[in-house]
Amino acid sequence: MTAPAPSSRRSAGFFVGFLVVALLVAGALSYFASPHPDGLDTVTLEGCQVVETNAGEQLAGTCIAQNATDHTIAGSPLAHYAVAGGAATVGLAGVIGVLVTVVVAGGLFWVLRRRGTPGDDHQ
Amino acid sequence: MLVVREVGVVGDIVLAMHMSDGLVNAPTAAVFGLVAVIGLAVAVSRARADLDDRTAPMAGLVTAFVFAVQMINFPILPGASGHLLGGALVAILVGPWVGSLCIAIVLAVQALLFADGGLTALGANIVNMALIGVFAGYTVAIALRPLARRGRGGLVATAFVAALVNTVVAALAFVIEYAIGGAGGASLGTVFTLMLGLHVLIGIGEGVITAATVGAVASVRPDLIHLLRGSTTPLQIRGPATAEGNPS
Repeated sequence: MTAPAPSSRRSAGFFVGFLVVALLVAGALSYFASPHPDGLDTVTLEGCQVVETNAGEQLAGTCIAQNATDHTIAGSPLAHYAVAGGAATVGLAGVIGVLVTVVVAGGLFWVLRRRGTPGDDHQ
Repeated sequence: MLVVREVGVVGDIVLAMHMSDGLVNAPTAAVFGLVAVIGLAVAVSRARADLDDRTAPMAGLVTAFVFAVQMINFPILPGASGHLLGGALVAILVGPWVGSLCIAIVLAVQALLFADGGLTALGANIVNMALIGVFAGYTVAIALRPLARRGRGGLVATAFVAALVNTVVAALAFVIEYAIGGAGGASLGTVFTLMLGLHVLIGIGEGVITAATVGAVASVRPDLIHLLRGSTTPLQIRGPATAEGNPS
């Protein structure tokens, strides 16, 4: 119940800095992310080649990814880290994602936290 | 015309960062969905002990940070990339129970808002990364905690090893799910070998990111690092005044 030793102002400064770093990573660094498939996708695509056909892109060969179904919300406005499907909107999508995540997670953890107990005794 | 596509973000065949629907059969997806629900229910009840006025906002920010960093695919081989999973990172910073919830929230936001990771596969993704990955990283971190408490170098080394292990173990969890109810398309041996090999490489990247992040937090707010808390060496954790006392 006593005032926290590392002052809450210090904590606030640190937390703001942490959020700014997350926003910069999602909002700016995301433009430099590798466009290549990640580890799991590389494995699920093993044995296939992506080919352009009149009906769109198809997987030629035999691979796990051929069993993958379209995402249930593939048409949602933020699907696949693009805002309304726009080009070069990954940064904006990332910023939205960071803000949604911090509100959802921060809200849940704030509700779950212990109250009325000495929370700042370093234990 | 046969064109091997280079960019995997927008197109008819959309690559995601996590398991899509259909890679394992419906019963397997359902079983792992149930395991995820049970695991997260336990995590919610155990997480309360680790959450207070200071650690709750920290955990919220750690979750947002993991979401952000998961967007950053880094190259591992020509034509292949990897990204942070975050299990060891959250386990070290906010503890395994809160950490499991952090990763589960990231996966839920990705699946429900960004169409990344299938909805029926969400349970398996949560089991792999939020439960198995977090606890694999946490187990290593606890085993190496005496080293981590010795100073910043030890802490950073602990974070690196824990993150490498969490990546590989989470990847092998997918192999198990594929063995149980995989939809087919590749032999189990191929899946095992490729998942292991690629995720050792990705794990090195995960280790570097985790070590850098934990090291950065340790340099300003070591008192906020869950792994360093505890009664045995209170001076090491007593916050800002002794932060510089650790050799870098």
